[in-house]
Amino acid sequence: MTDSQQSLLIVDDEFSVRDSLTGWFKKDGYKVDSAEDGRTALSKLPQHDWDVILLDIKMPGMSGMEVLTSIREKSPDSVVIMLTAHGSIDTAVQAMKEGAFDYFTKPADPEKLSHVIRKAMEVRKLKRENRLLKEKLNDLSRTHEIIGNSPAIQEIKEQIRILANNDVTVLIRGESGTGKELIARAIHASGPRRYFSLVPVNCGAIAESLLESELFGHEKGAFTGAQHRHKGKIEMANDGTLFLDEIGSIGMKMQVELLRVLETKEYTRIGGSKSVKVDFRVVCATNQNLEQLVEFGAFRHDLYFRINVFTIQVPPLRERRDDIPLLVDHFIDMFAVKMDLTRPEMTPEAMKRLMEHDWPGNIRELSNTMERAMVLSQGNAIIPEHLQVQGNPSQKVPDSSIDDMVKDHVSQTLEAQNWNISKAAQILGIDRATLYNKIKKYNLRS
Amino acid sequence: MFLQLAPFNLGKDGFILLAQLRDRLVTRLGINIQLRHIETDPDFAWNARRNQYDTSKLLGLLDKMDGSNPILGVCSVDLYIPIFTFVLGEAHLGGKAALVSTFRLDNATYGLSPDPDLMLDRLEKVALHEFAHLLGLVHCPDSSCLMNAVSSVEEVDLRGDAYCTTCHQFLRQAIEKRK
Repeated sequence: MTDSQQSLLIVDDEFSVRDSLTGWFKKDGYKVDSAEDGRTALSKLPQHDWDVILLDIKMPGMSGMEVLTSIREKSPDSVVIMLTAHGSIDTAVQAMKEGAFDYFTKPADPEKLSHVIRKAMEVRKLKRENRLLKEKLNDLSRTHEIIGNSPAIQEIKEQIRILANNDVTVLIRGESGTGKELIARAIHASGPRRYFSLVPVNCGAIAESLLESELFGHEKGAFTGAQHRHKGKIEMANDGTLFLDEIGSIGMKMQVELLRVLETKEYTRIGGSKSVKVDFRVVCATNQNLEQLVEFGAFRHDLYFRINVFTIQVPPLRERRDDIPLLVDHFIDMFAVKMDLTRPEMTPEAMKRLMEHDWPGNIRELSNTMERAMVLSQGNAIIPEHLQVQGNPSQKVPDSSIDDMVKDHVSQTLEAQNWNISKAAQILGIDRATLYNKIKKYNLRS
Repeated sequence: MFLQLAPFNLGKDGFILLAQLRDRLVTRLGINIQLRHIETDPDFAWNARRNQYDTSKLLGLLDKMDGSNPILGVCSVDLYIPIFTFVLGEAHLGGKAALVSTFRLDNATYGLSPDPDLMLDRLEKVALHEFAHLLGLVHCPDSSCLMNAVSSVEEVDLRGDAYCTTCHQFLRQAIEKRK
């Protein structure tokens, strides 16, 4: 007898029924035990996790219905099949309303009973798989992936905990590379929607003309090339979470459409005429100054208020330097496994270099730096020479594009003029509209 | 090892059937088979309310018969176990006694023309199935295997007439062990 052997508990006050069913089902390869009354049956529940329980309705002492209620409490995954005489079919039907899987009138057709037992075993298997998957998901959904002990990170973890059972829209703000998507995933994974999908949409990476189709989907023939009906991201996020990254990058037309969906939770596929109802949570992220975009008229204020219900501010890495050693440890562990290397040590000099760096690219930059260092060290101790960060001679070699230089120049000018658009435009020798375009293009923020 | 084949109230035609069954089982199993006479009338196991015979009582009688070799009873009455409307046969898993009935294997039961050859084929399948239970084999998920669970005569006809490779190996080992 193995642990994986499917098991059956027969509860009936008639010896002949218990005896014959035990013999019958043992031949089907099941682990079988029997109980002559409800109390004995309940005493057997802690001994074994029974897959299927065949339960007689009429028994002296506890009735089958009372036993069923206790089984639902103590062994909710067990599948219960009621056995009944002709006169108590109403009770059997009632039992099914109370959670029994099926019922059988005695004497039963052997073919039908065997078939129902096989079906019940399948249901039990699915229940068990479902529970295991949920447990696995619960394990995956912890905030432990958010590395750091700094007060700011502790506060974020606490905010995620509060948001777990709250369906409000969340806006995650922070510089590029600070881990906004990781936080969005933690929010999704902590709440009741975790068993459904988290659907990320990088609004900044999709052309305005394509974003509408990407979000709302389209019907077959909606436009040239629409050969098939296409499910939009919003539909895919039904019951789950829609994560709109770089929300500040979407155009005005889409903002109107998006606002309507967020308010009504209804939308129409492109080329369709039927309204589709959806239920999803919205988490947005941005590295832009939305207030300023609203002020410039580049972002609708009603959409801003709609998405800015609960804000999580993710600090840049330079403001939580104490977390750098923890993050470094995390990346070393991660890349050592990925690259199949022995885990290298960090020399104090190398760590000092990392602690002194400003990390404009935040955690993404740290991750890339550590990945490069792991490649260069090949399992040996990581020394400062392995780190291509500020102060490293290799950084002095010009390696930026003209676009990068323009971005830096525009950014510095704006900063120098305290983001006075008119003054900055005058100094740069361009008009205000061109400057707004550049601010948007380069995702600049004050 | 030998198997005892015991008729229960089969009548003259039944004995011819039994002799044919013995020949087939000898060929299939390669074991000695001894015919055994039973004096007791099966009526003691009759249930007037169901108009059927209680398999447990008949198996109990076979169990008490002398000798340690397995015994397979063959009868022509309609069998039941309390929870089921009927059974084609029954065996104590890994035990001594098994019982099969020709009642529901006979075309005449269903208002069809009798077909003695077909009934012998069916009886052979059910007997081989119950015999394997006596040696500890459980039901097999392979629908073509003789050890696949069946509950009706239609399923008996659909089931193959041989053990699958795995069940065959188990059966041979069990027979060798008892030699």
